[in-house]
Amino acid sequence: MSRVTITVNSMPQTRDVEDRTLLVQFIREHLGLTGTHVGCDTTQCGACTIHLDGQAVKSCTVLAVAADGSEVTTIEGLADGGTLHPVQQAFHEHHGLQCGYCTPGMIMASVDMIRRHDGMLDEHTVRHELEGNLCRCTGYHNIVKAVLDAAEKHRAAHAVAPE
Amino acid sequence: MYATTYHKPKTLSEAVSLYENSEEPSYLSGGHTLIPTLKSRLAAPQHLIDVRAIPELSGIEVTADKVIIGSATKHAVVAASREIKAAIPALSGLAGSIGDVQVRHMGTIGGSTANNDPAADYPAAVLALDAVVHTDRRAIPAGDYFQGLYTTALEPGEILARVEFKIPEIAGYAKFRNPASRYSMAAAFVARHRDGHIRVAITGAGNEGVFRWTEAEERLTENLSAEALEGLTIDPSLMMGDMHAPADYRAHLVAVMTRRAVQNLGGTHIL
Repeated sequence: MSRVTITVNSMPQTRDVEDRTLLVQFIREHLGLTGTHVGCDTTQCGACTIHLDGQAVKSCTVLAVAADGSEVTTIEGLADGGTLHPVQQAFHEHHGLQCGYCTPGMIMASVDMIRRHDGMLDEHTVRHELEGNLCRCTGYHNIVKAVLDAAEKHRAAHAVAPE
Repeated sequence: MYATTYHKPKTLSEAVSLYENSEEPSYLSGGHTLIPTLKSRLAAPQHLIDVRAIPELSGIEVTADKVIIGSATKHAVVAASREIKAAIPALSGLAGSIGDVQVRHMGTIGGSTANNDPAADYPAAVLALDAVVHTDRRAIPAGDYFQGLYTTALEPGEILARVEFKIPEIAGYAKFRNPASRYSMAAAFVARHRDGHIRVAITGAGNEGVFRWTEAEERLTENLSAEALEGLTIDPSLMMGDMHAPADYRAHLVAVMTRRAVQNLGGTHIL
């Protein structure tokens, strides 16, 4: 057992965990944040994608004890009160989901993607960079539309003319 | 995953001492091969020694003729390095083609090189770029380092510290991926070094892991063009065969990917 403190969605969380505990188990089972999903055991599907110190990672392939002292953002940490995050809003407007199982991971990967590219994305890049997230409904078309729309809004929101 | 005990040493000597004084230890870096293996209960180390907090294992240094990458450096960091992209664009592109975005945010060059998976990307670059693998105790030339599937010259407890690549005159990397796993089914790294010698390293295909295709090297030494490789084939009995690709198909892919690497010198061609 180890005592770990991980700041999850801006709240420091301290728990005693077995060293074999995966970060996704810490998030779901120890903190009860079940928005982060587990879809595979092979690090391929991306349903468990969260942000670890600002970068999208698969939380099923990180030990909680190795994330001690880190900052984590999950799907529950994106919205600002009752206002959806722009990427959540875009998925809503474009119906970027079918069954919804992959959606939290898709959104966390997309937020990371838009930030890394500063919103400068085209369809090819979005499809390529979502290769770590699988949608078993094969509902990629609207997911890609949602990411492109959110990226465009990100560009518009950040296009502040220099003084 | 079976129960295990986690350690996070801050120095190389502490890590080696932990390894030598533990029952069934294993080093852990990005964990993107090891943790899935542990989850499948295919391995059960009693002690995991995380090397990522050791300062000497991080960082990138580019000199006039070498690119030196610390073993705990993540694929995404290598792919994003402007210095590496300027010095060896094929190496930069290779790092950016591993797995997917999330995997590249965690996986490390040292983990890939130490594990020596027969379908991993970095071993091809290490071999073709005539690299030197530096450990906590010695320097190992690439030609002596790789010793078959998942097998290297590393001794128990020895830590891979950094990889020192020679900057070639030009290099190219071509890969045909399994669309589900994104591991290569055949990939070729071709480099012409500054002294004129050619190295061709093949990963993903050989039944002994990464290897140099010396017949291709000889032809490309005469004439560095895809035409020089026309008609050259590789013996399928040297290839892996599995449900994704039988050995004769992999042999075919090796020849195609080698030509594509030559056609894309100065960059990568990822399928």
